[in-house]
Amino acid sequence: MMRNLWSLIAAVMVLSGPAATAALAAEGEALPPSGTDIRDVESLRRGAHNFMNYCSGCHSLKYLRYNRIGRDLQIPEAELKAGLMFTSEKPFDTVISALPGADAEAWFGKQPPDLSLIARSKSPDYIFAYLKDYYVDKTRPWGVNNLLLPGTAMPAVLAGLQGLQKPVMKNVPDEHGNATLVLDGVAPMTPGAMKPEEYDRFVRDTANFLDYAAEPVKAKRQSLGVYVIAFLLVFFVLAVLLKKEYWKDVH
Amino acid sequence: MAVVPESPESGESGGLLAWIDRRFPLTALWKSQVSEYYAPKNFNFWYYFGSLAMMVLVIQLVSGIFLTMNYKPSAGEAFASVEYIMRDVNWGWLIRYIHSTGASAFFIVVYLHMFRALLYGSYRKPRELLWIFGCVIFVLLMAQGFTGYVLPWGNMSYWGAQVIVSLFGSLPVVGGSLVEWIRGDYVIADATLNRLFALHVAAIPLALIFLMIAHLMALHEVGSNNPDGIEIKNLKGKDGHPLDGIPFHPYYTVKDVVGVAGFLLIFCGVIFFAPSFGGLFLEAPNFEPANALQTPPHIAPVWYFTPYYAMLRAVPSFAGTQVWGVLVMGAAIVVLFFLPWLDRSPVKSIRYRGPAYKVALTIFSVSFIILGVCGLKPPSGIYPLLAKICTSLYFAFFVFMPWYSALDKVKPVPERVTGHA
Repeated sequence: MMRNLWSLIAAVMVLSGPAATAALAAEGEALPPSGTDIRDVESLRRGAHNFMNYCSGCHSLKYLRYNRIGRDLQIPEAELKAGLMFTSEKPFDTVISALPGADAEAWFGKQPPDLSLIARSKSPDYIFAYLKDYYVDKTRPWGVNNLLLPGTAMPAVLAGLQGLQKPVMKNVPDEHGNATLVLDGVAPMTPGAMKPEEYDRFVRDTANFLDYAAEPVKAKRQSLGVYVIAFLLVFFVLAVLLKKEYWKDVH
Repeated sequence: MAVVPESPESGESGGLLAWIDRRFPLTALWKSQVSEYYAPKNFNFWYYFGSLAMMVLVIQLVSGIFLTMNYKPSAGEAFASVEYIMRDVNWGWLIRYIHSTGASAFFIVVYLHMFRALLYGSYRKPRELLWIFGCVIFVLLMAQGFTGYVLPWGNMSYWGAQVIVSLFGSLPVVGGSLVEWIRGDYVIADATLNRLFALHVAAIPLALIFLMIAHLMALHEVGSNNPDGIEIKNLKGKDGHPLDGIPFHPYYTVKDVVGVAGFLLIFCGVIFFAPSFGGLFLEAPNFEPANALQTPPHIAPVWYFTPYYAMLRAVPSFAGTQVWGVLVMGAAIVVLFFLPWLDRSPVKSIRYRGPAYKVALTIFSVSFIILGVCGLKPPSGIYPLLAKICTSLYFAFFVFMPWYSALDKVKPVPERVTGHA
């Protein structure tokens, strides 16, 4: 019995190795939690509206179809067409931005990236932090810079909602002991159309919608998983009982 | 000679099974391989992983076939076709997650299966060839893991392929042209993707199936080892069957169903709740399409290659070439093949071995896991030193084995196996 126990512990250690290393790998890039919830359909609907009104002019979701959004977020087709479809006519189309690529290159220096999978190549927390981290920087072409992604090519599209932010500098001694000013954070400068809590919710909803867009089946996958695991637990118990029954005559 | 017409009465009775048996040894095969294959009755937890490896192979073959129906092996379409599978193919997301999780599961199961052999001396005479077939399967599995990883054509796929293929470039003289020949182009490109696809869906799976059959045939020829490392064939009862043996079916078939259920619980837990597994099974940079102009901030192979990747990086370049790291990495695999002849212990199982082997195996296993962590990390801070130490310990396990295994203080081995689990 003891020997079995040790085997089990050893196996669990081997199996949990990857999880532990994953936790290690995540260190050093801790972002404040965005608090998104893929099962919050109200939030996803608001996020979809945010995206279509503020992002889809330049950014595509080329792997996501309008009718898929309608089906998953329970939006009737008429409402979908009126409220969300600005650049396309057929609900079967994917979300393609109205911005021609050549113009984008000329105006921004690069094409705005497709955001279908941004929540998976980065994370909802990253989107949440990025959209809150703009600050005034006169040295940049658009007069703004970003704390999370320095030198970003995107202008502060949401400054009207958030208001402008100013950089907060901090004195840090360099290797020679001389005080050097480094960027430490951002602070509100001028008020925007939204209160800070409202803007947080706006950005959280948008990040949530992009999380949905990156894997539309995510919520369904998780709810289905509960039934699969429940079935397997029953199957496991039956298998153990069957094994015990057969092994009665092995001495 | 007169031609005797076949009469319906003579020899055409006994139903379908008898009809088949007169033409193909179906019942004989079933008996020799399953229902009358006598396995030791004392298999423990570690003996689940052989049958599980077989099941994972089948899972990968079946899910792979369905993926192939919708995947497009072209540099221009591969990435989009994977998203098509994830979004537009009915249950495509499930098939894809089964396959991507199955790849990692295959390596977990095979690593544990190999560790079992180290615990109980399953590679020892007369099972040398069985072990060697297993090692070839392991090498093929690595090739399968690599070729499959490139197919989604994400940015990590692209740069991973870049790193792995360029390893061959470190070989003297032939290196440069060899790399070009492997790539089929001057860079990793459409031609590379096409050939890796061909290898991944046809050549390697075929070889894997044949080797798995050879592995099983060799096993059933010599008989299974067991946690006591005793040859059960040495003690047979009046019926000619080993005293400590029980028929594989039904005893181990029902027992392996328990293993399958336990495995599926974990496997489905990952598929439905953490298919990316914290970026280890599906890496975040691979959700960006391949981009020859943009290197990911930190290139690391998938977790199951990281111990060997850490060895590659641990060896410094010397005499103006990087080839030493590649040779060390290759040697780390090749040395496995010689294990049956390196072990000089009079006993097989760890239960009757002395402290020397127990300490050696513990150090070896811990080193392997630490190497795995080092391979995931950027080569800075403590990791390069750790990787160097653990690479040395990995090889020390094999190099000094002929001595410490022979000098070890062993315990007497009983005649009969001890109990059953």
